[in-house]
Amino acid sequence: MDIFLQQILNGLVLGSIYALIALGYTMVYGIMGLINFAHGEVVMVGGMVTVTVVSALLGMGINLPALALILIGVMVAIPACMLLGFTIERVAYRPLRNAPRLAPLITAIGVSIVLQQLAILVWGRNYIPFPPILDHDVVEIFGASITKLQVSIVVLCFVIMTALLVVVEKTKLGRAMRATSQNPAVAGLMGVNVNTIISTTFVIGSALGAIAGLMVATNYEQVHYYMGFMIGLKAFTAAVLGGIGNLGGAVAGGILLGIIESLGAGYIGDLTGGFLGSHYQDIFAFMVLIAVLIFRPSGLMGEKMADRA
Amino acid sequence: MSILDIKNLQVSYGGIQAVKGIDLHIEKGELVTLIGANGAGKTSTLRTLVGMEKKSGGSISFDGKDTAGTPVYNFVRQGLVMVPEGRGVFSKLTVAENLRMGGYHRNDEDGIKADIEHVFELFPRLKEREKQLAGTLSGGEQQMVAMGRAIVSKPKLLLLDEPSMGLAPLIVAKIFEIIRMVAEQGVTMLLVEQNARLALEVSQRGYVMESGRITMSGNAQDLLNDDRVRNAYLGE
Repeated sequence: MDIFLQQILNGLVLGSIYALIALGYTMVYGIMGLINFAHGEVVMVGGMVTVTVVSALLGMGINLPALALILIGVMVAIPACMLLGFTIERVAYRPLRNAPRLAPLITAIGVSIVLQQLAILVWGRNYIPFPPILDHDVVEIFGASITKLQVSIVVLCFVIMTALLVVVEKTKLGRAMRATSQNPAVAGLMGVNVNTIISTTFVIGSALGAIAGLMVATNYEQVHYYMGFMIGLKAFTAAVLGGIGNLGGAVAGGILLGIIESLGAGYIGDLTGGFLGSHYQDIFAFMVLIAVLIFRPSGLMGEKMADRA
Repeated sequence: MSILDIKNLQVSYGGIQAVKGIDLHIEKGELVTLIGANGAGKTSTLRTLVGMEKKSGGSISFDGKDTAGTPVYNFVRQGLVMVPEGRGVFSKLTVAENLRMGGYHRNDEDGIKADIEHVFELFPRLKEREKQLAGTLSGGEQQMVAMGRAIVSKPKLLLLDEPSMGLAPLIVAKIFEIIRMVAEQGVTMLLVEQNARLALEVSQRGYVMESGRITMSGNAQDLLNDDRVRNAYLGE
């Protein structure tokens, strides 16, 4: 039983990170029907910048508490990623606003590859360890253990996700975002500058991506130019699972996917008599993706996505 | 001075000229209708007025200013508001949220609230459905939302594109009642309609558009009595 609980806790940590990234996918999809495959790379850049800043501060002999160092790191990473997201939309997607759907999708994959290669130029091909400032204090819950760091990841994810939902549901900006996603032409007639709203959506999604990048970096204690690819795909799966375009769905899909994946990884050894080990955990996410696409393509909370690629 | 003054307006899409040089003007407080068959260029004219299409020639002056180069989202700030064909309500926003979108360009929170209350007085049905998603409303109620939203925008000139389209005759009568009510509030309107009889009956002046040109214009009552109009548009 404690293994079960342990895997649920691991899944919750993983899942809340997926959820945070999935929100970036689903917001952009909701507003312009585009799957921004470069979002995973925004997460990667967020992690890279945080690690770089923290390492640089330590290298200069600045001995602040770990929390302060991380905060400074992420305060640099968030605007960097916001600028990156803004630029991606402006340069790569806006010129294709009226192009057939396949064009921006291929462009998104292209942007993703370009960002990976740029990351290699800046940070190299090797894994970069997170500076050894993280504490590993453990909290015991009914025989399962979770680090305080992981608890803060989950709590922070939920705070951010709640804040985002409040912005989208309750503010003028959120109303304009929802109106634009439903009918950009009429939103324009109401005085909404649709380009500004789309840029804002990318910027908010990228800020969430930057924070997710920090979380991935602290959770795995390393960063790598390719780290955005797999986690991006999984967060995309989470968004599809929840019903792409639906914010609550992205959160539910992320958490669910994290838990499915953890339980899968925890039990796959026993189930296959040791033939497959926990390093096969990635297959679960994609089994879920395939199953959702076959049996419920609109996702758990989605309505329809009939004509959308 | 006219609130709207169109001179020799031309609009083309990909080589086809939809509007072939029309003149049209509207005075403050008037309700003017533009009637014509499907494809006559009425909707193209309206879309060009609010910057959704680019004109290929001529000039448009609104409230004394040439509108060339104004982006779509700035027209509402200047007081030119359009209720588009098909009503254009935001189906997944509530009725109240739709009305609030009408006040998107305004910063006087109290004024917006007062105007929304005013809309609820005009259309008590909407008050009952305040929290309902607009997409769940009937066509007639959605038209009330669209008109109400336009009222909250505080237009100097309201453009209505085919408000009766796709609605049952009983509802159409109701819609024209709404148009009359809004006109009585002192809102200047340009009404584009295929339902020529009803449109001319509520309007003071009318223009008849055929294949991109204005072929007749004048007092709405005179047009209603004109043989050519009666034959072509009133089915008599």
